[in-house]
Amino acid sequence: MTDNELIWRIAGGSGDGIASTSQNFAKALMRSGLNVFTHRHYPSRIRGGHTYTEIRASADPVKSRGDGYNFLLALGDSFARNPKEGSVYGNEEIKPLSENLDELREGGVIIYDSGLLDASEIENFDERVEENNWHVYDLDLRTMAREQGREVMRNTAGVGATCALAGIELEWIEDLMTEAMPEKILEPNLEILHNAYEMVNEEYDVDAHDIKVPEGSHDEEQVLLSGSDSIAYGSLDEGCRFIAGYPMTPWTEVFTIMSQNLPEVGGISEQVEDEIAAAALAVGASHAGAKAMSGSSGGGFALMSEPLGLAEMTETPVVLIEAMRAGPSTGMPTKPEQADLEHVLYTSQGDSQRVVFAPGTVEEAYTQTRKAFKIAYEYQIPAIVLYDQKLGGELMNVPASVFDEEPNPSLGSTLTEAELEDAPHDESGKYSRFQHDVEDGVSPRSIPGQKGGHYLATGNEHTPEGHIAESPENRVAQMDRREQKLEAIHEELASQDEGHQTYHGPDEATYGLMTFGSSQGTVEEAVDVLNDQGYSVKSLGVSDMAPYPVEEVTEFIESVDEVLVVEMNASAQFRGLTQKELGQYGEKLSSLLKYNGNPFEPADIVEGFVTTIVEDEELTGIETKYVPAAGD
Amino acid sequence: MSAFSAIGEGREVEQEDYTPDLEPQATWCPGCGDFGVLKALKGAAQELGKSPEEMLLCTGIGCSGKLNSYFDSYGFHTIHGRSLPVARAAKLANPGIEVIAAGGDGDGYGIGGNHFMHSARENHDMTYIVFNNEIFGLTKGQTSPTSPKGHKSKTQPHGSAKEPLRPLSLSLTSGASYIARTAAVNPNQAKEIIVEAMEHDGFAHVDFLTQCPTWNKDARQYVPYIDVNDSDDYEFDRTDRREAADMMAETEEALHEGKVLTGRYYVDESRPSYGEEKRSIGEMPEEPLAERYFDDSYEWERSADLFLDKHK
Repeated sequence: MTDNELIWRIAGGSGDGIASTSQNFAKALMRSGLNVFTHRHYPSRIRGGHTYTEIRASADPVKSRGDGYNFLLALGDSFARNPKEGSVYGNEEIKPLSENLDELREGGVIIYDSGLLDASEIENFDERVEENNWHVYDLDLRTMAREQGREVMRNTAGVGATCALAGIELEWIEDLMTEAMPEKILEPNLEILHNAYEMVNEEYDVDAHDIKVPEGSHDEEQVLLSGSDSIAYGSLDEGCRFIAGYPMTPWTEVFTIMSQNLPEVGGISEQVEDEIAAAALAVGASHAGAKAMSGSSGGGFALMSEPLGLAEMTETPVVLIEAMRAGPSTGMPTKPEQADLEHVLYTSQGDSQRVVFAPGTVEEAYTQTRKAFKIAYEYQIPAIVLYDQKLGGELMNVPASVFDEEPNPSLGSTLTEAELEDAPHDESGKYSRFQHDVEDGVSPRSIPGQKGGHYLATGNEHTPEGHIAESPENRVAQMDRREQKLEAIHEELASQDEGHQTYHGPDEATYGLMTFGSSQGTVEEAVDVLNDQGYSVKSLGVSDMAPYPVEEVTEFIESVDEVLVVEMNASAQFRGLTQKELGQYGEKLSSLLKYNGNPFEPADIVEGFVTTIVEDEELTGIETKYVPAAGD
Repeated sequence: MSAFSAIGEGREVEQEDYTPDLEPQATWCPGCGDFGVLKALKGAAQELGKSPEEMLLCTGIGCSGKLNSYFDSYGFHTIHGRSLPVARAAKLANPGIEVIAAGGDGDGYGIGGNHFMHSARENHDMTYIVFNNEIFGLTKGQTSPTSPKGHKSKTQPHGSAKEPLRPLSLSLTSGASYIARTAAVNPNQAKEIIVEAMEHDGFAHVDFLTQCPTWNKDARQYVPYIDVNDSDDYEFDRTDRREAADMMAETEEALHEGKVLTGRYYVDESRPSYGEEKRSIGEMPEEPLAERYFDDSYEWERSADLFLDKHK
């Protein structure tokens, strides 16, 4: 957590280039030596509708959205609906300004495009400005853009004005524009950038407020990327060269990155008829000897239940990616939530035998995706990477060295033809692909086309050679062996040098915060704030959802008096999983939940903790909800 | 050197090579048409000199799915309706293997209908055999997508109110490039058609009439049958889409009037297979992907070298 930070929010309409403008801006600040973190808010709509991106920049590490923000650039919405009185969505034209006032901090800066937005349409605007000591700059960005180029270039005018008011050197922006823009539009954009910058410097007192960009520096080269980028790069570095998918927000991002990059590395991407096919294709490609993946979001993942079960039963390695969004059903397609945990853990009939990782950061998304492939191919089991719209889309800077890793194309426990010669076969020459008694329950596989390796893979219960069989002896032997793999994976995960669980805060503390997946960074920032305020709190971010890290979590819970479990859903799924896995602590774990479509801010957690755990008071409002421990 | 030396080995094979010692005797009912598929497939594979270890036979669920148990090769007995997506991905990962998918009419035209449509559309280089007995056999006689209108079963006690699906016409509109119908009672034609289907470079769909003596007693044994390519009563150009469509429509209607027409209905040798199409646009490697994982000298690319610059 930091006191000296710029949190710039660029707001406008969907389809107006908010995403690309903000990405360049974030990268410029990173290059200037700052740590950056972005947070996106957008509607499920191609054109129009209120959207914003927030860029938080500080010399200190930032790993979450901040508490509110301090600098607004409100642009117009080219495709806004301006309806008759009383329509459910209201007047959209004014939303880039009106919708963003509640979270703007005291003393904050507002630039708005007076060519498109009329502040007098907002009730009590002037009073609110005065009350909050906001510094307002109404600039006709639209006209500036129109005069030198085209109206859509008003984003650039806004960035120029921002740089003038926040004290950002223009060259950082210029460099990025030069790299990103085709020549034809580069020149007018550069001109607009400069003119806006100079005009503001000349006509306004830019030091009337104190919201300025901080100065910082990096010890090593940084890269700016999202959780989706990390998942894709982790997959590619594990030798994954086959993906099959069907578009669905927010999973589409990983699918897109993979599809764009695979041809360059001789890989194959297949967009297919539905998610049943997508997962089945990944299974088929893996069966035939490729490292393969598929994925989707909640609804599409539901369709993958059957192929997932088939992969478990036939022990076909495969990695599936699940990008959560707010449910149930179609829910809120572009809003984050962590409510598919149980879906992913338990979907598909019978006893599930799968691995599930929920990375907490952009960096963990890379390392844990790689681990998912390693485990999947070594233990012949489906491994799922569970993340969400938040982690998938938020950008943050990470040292480039994180990705400076050797590739691992190994197919794991797969035999070569030479090895197959010495492997056990039945009297008719079928390879004993599913042997009963093998180390860690892993019976090595062969690949179609290999001499001496043919066998039958089947979703039915089967003998070592794959013949369909229902004898109790064989059934128990095969089921036990498959279960044994999970125990072996549990041991392997527990023994690795750097586990997937992330601790933060003092070693000794009175209270604990626990979370899983993408809420980790925000929880850690809350821990810092709470300790600064004199509370004794530490946190644990858990990534291993299955197998569950029983020992580590037990130790953590034992080390504190009480634990507040923080998650973005309404039914406390992670807390439920923890209690199920540990078989105790119902009276020690309470929940702080958020499911309104927005991710936690650190302040939500600070307030939730202080109000409920320390002061034993009720939480009010719709931001978060408290669910007490058993017996409370 | 290939890591898959069974592929293209060209060794002499006997029909017995496809018979698993452990389950030499199939458990289909006496008189079941499924025996005809097994026999035709063995005959075709032998004629083409395909070794069991260069073949991947993918099946769905139902009596037809048991084909995997009685045909010895690499096999993948998948789940209901999903043999096609598994099979076509295997072919993409390793185009060297001979991929055959098989399933029943419920499996292929009902629950897996979407995959059938799209696999045909994409024209994957593979053979798809549909055991069409116009009934759900293994679950004991319910009406299936190809059951005739009015067909009574325990789940349609007043008879089916639905027109049967037209498998040949569906296949043609979907984009299959080889479409034939044969019948278990016609073993020579069945074998020849499966040989042609396996040799065809594209999606070859064989609608295989397999009588169910247990649950579809009312149905014909699919005799006498007429080969529309041999009979003087039928004149059409099987390379012409429109003429093929007419012949298919006539065949589908004739079946429910007790007349069994079989033969090759549509053959398009000019259309490139999906793999060729993908390779031609640079979205599929020239060398089989699966080989790469066994090639110790292959230099695997790193994200850090190829993709990280744009994030700096």
